[in-house]
Amino acid sequence: MSKRFTSLALTAHPPAARHRERGPSRRVVAPFAAVTVLVAGVALTGCGQQRDADVYTVLNSSTDESYHRWDAEAMARCGERLGVTIEQQSVPAAQVMTKALRMASSKSLPDVVQFDASEMPTFADAGGLVDLRSLGLSTDDIPEGIVDFGSYEGTYYGAARSVNTLALFYNKDVLDEAGVEVPTTWAELRETAKELTRGKQYGLALSAGGAEDGVFQFTPFMWSNGGDETDLDSPQVVEALDYWKGLLKDRSLSKSTVNWTQADVNDQFMAGNAAMMINGPWQVETLNAEESLHWGIAPIPVPEAGEDSVGPLGGAVLTVPNTGDEAREKTAGKIVACLSSEKEQLTYALNSWMVPANAEAAEVWRERVPELGSLADQVAVARSRTAQLGAGWSSVSLALQSAFQSALTGQSSETALKRAQQRATSGN
Amino acid sequence: MTTSTVTAQTPAKASAPAAAPDPARAARRRRLTQWGFVAPAVVFMLLFFGYPLVRNVVMSFQHYTPKTFFTGEAPFNGTDNWSNVFQDALFGKALWHTLVFTAGSLVGQFCIGMALAVFFSRRFPLNGVLRSLILLPWLVPMVVSGIVWRRILDQDTGVLNSFLDTLGVGGGTPWLTSPEMALLSVILVNIWIGIPFNMVILYGGLQEIPKELHEAAALDGASAWRTFRSVTLPVLKPVITVVLVLGFMSTVKILDLILALTDGGPADATQTLGTLTYQNSFVQLDFGAGAVVGNVLILISAVFAVFYLRANRTEGK
Repeated sequence: MSKRFTSLALTAHPPAARHRERGPSRRVVAPFAAVTVLVAGVALTGCGQQRDADVYTVLNSSTDESYHRWDAEAMARCGERLGVTIEQQSVPAAQVMTKALRMASSKSLPDVVQFDASEMPTFADAGGLVDLRSLGLSTDDIPEGIVDFGSYEGTYYGAARSVNTLALFYNKDVLDEAGVEVPTTWAELRETAKELTRGKQYGLALSAGGAEDGVFQFTPFMWSNGGDETDLDSPQVVEALDYWKGLLKDRSLSKSTVNWTQADVNDQFMAGNAAMMINGPWQVETLNAEESLHWGIAPIPVPEAGEDSVGPLGGAVLTVPNTGDEAREKTAGKIVACLSSEKEQLTYALNSWMVPANAEAAEVWRERVPELGSLADQVAVARSRTAQLGAGWSSVSLALQSAFQSALTGQSSETALKRAQQRATSGN
Repeated sequence: MTTSTVTAQTPAKASAPAAAPDPARAARRRRLTQWGFVAPAVVFMLLFFGYPLVRNVVMSFQHYTPKTFFTGEAPFNGTDNWSNVFQDALFGKALWHTLVFTAGSLVGQFCIGMALAVFFSRRFPLNGVLRSLILLPWLVPMVVSGIVWRRILDQDTGVLNSFLDTLGVGGGTPWLTSPEMALLSVILVNIWIGIPFNMVILYGGLQEIPKELHEAAALDGASAWRTFRSVTLPVLKPVITVVLVLGFMSTVKILDLILALTDGGPADATQTLGTLTYQNSFVQLDFGAGAVVGNVLILISAVFAVFYLRANRTEGK
């Protein structure tokens, strides 16, 4: 109907407004053409970004208000010292990698990118990072483990300010009331968790969700038992997964465990639905906000007494992306050096409750927050997830997620892990 | 249509020859004007729809990795990505889940939406208030609904289970934590989200039906069901097509809701083509494989878009 109407209008139009037609046609066409060209132009050139001479940008995942503020303060201090302005761009953690890749293809990479350490190898492997040593950063007073943590194939690309790992958090009141000790071995953990499971309260909470959170939480069980990510269906890994299954079978773990992130686990612990939990120091700020909650922290229990509790080394590293502008890269290197200096590390670690990467800063930190001492012990022996597989970690991680979810919801650990190993090898 | 324009114009031009020195130039200019109006739309479509679409197809035949973002080089690898994706057991699973999810969601959304639309087309007190309350799910962002429902459906601490518990039925239902239940739960949540859209459009359609038709049916002695089946439904057909096709398009590509509810788990029980695309491209950074799954999704949608256009064309006649 509308079509017919238009044609009618057109036919009626010409005789009456003949001389007007010339006007509008030009008046209308020109702006439309201009808009079209503009839209196309913006779309095509919008990707390119001009760099300001004295303004340096840092891309990070500090989207929480507190972290954003701490980082802004540290950057202001370093900027003042170096005579430049440092701007912070924060995106959610899951988007740092994709955002950085997009920026790489449009040649608008920021001067510093803070990657999660498990993601850094992928970016380094693509040729996107500059060797920090070549920019004049020294690794002399950084413990070897932390240097490895920021290295890929022997090159030091990422400076860590602080590191973290997982530990066993427990509700002191609940444990005291039940008169039980903090567990140190798998057998004790299973026993204690069983004992503390009553009513609405589960003995233990952990994350077995279908994301990196779950894999992060599984690694201390896999590694402490001698298992390895290169051989997912080895008896050691199967045994570790069977241990998780056992906890679930005892009803010491909620069935919702397969759907929980680490943040959910923390919520459950704070709500009194779990007597103990596996979690990391980044939750301490939230935990301390609840004054009535008295919590303690201990290393994650090990299979047999006396063995090392090997946790995953977590945290972010500051990297200088390869922008081709050597002068800027040099300054970016200085910014990284300043942000990861002993003093800044200590400030950051005390704010965020994570362990300073620098050995001396860690010593000072230990004196200042003795209650988190066991975390510092765990960090000392903690292991990087990507040390062995590098950029191949993501496929193994996905396969592993699927495996422990299958196992926890009914399949046998062996079948699930066999399948995971197949998937991981074919995916690479 | 075109001929009518021309024939109608000729006499007009003849009657005023002085005002139009060159009819051919005037016609050319008019055509230019018309194209001037169309051009922005064409450029926009080419730029924002055509280019990504073609790019995605090309990408599915390339070895496209993080390195590509730096070097710009993505070597063609034939049908490697396609065969890898099709051989992956997860793809078959995801395809099946997508079909079940889409069909289940559409049927549920449509039936409940239709029932509510019919219900609200009567006049009764508080009709307007209730109707706007039912619109609420539509206003809530998908991710927010997902997060809220994840809490509601939590096996131990969720509201739904404690409610069922007090009723004495199915207290400990593992809504999102059992691979058997998870897909169903996700479908139920999506039905909840889709009801308002179906209801609003169908309600609008029902308002358009002339009262005389129903009166005539009543005079003929048709029952309520018979009237609905023989009068309401046929008249409503074009609206139903729109609702179903648009519903299909938005359901088949589902991603945000599933990521918020289950992250594709447990044990890949809620992986759909949407989540698989996301996982391939943005978790594993294998953009070629991601593009393959994305193309399969586009293909499925395109088939339905053609149906939709055909249906509309016949309606136009």
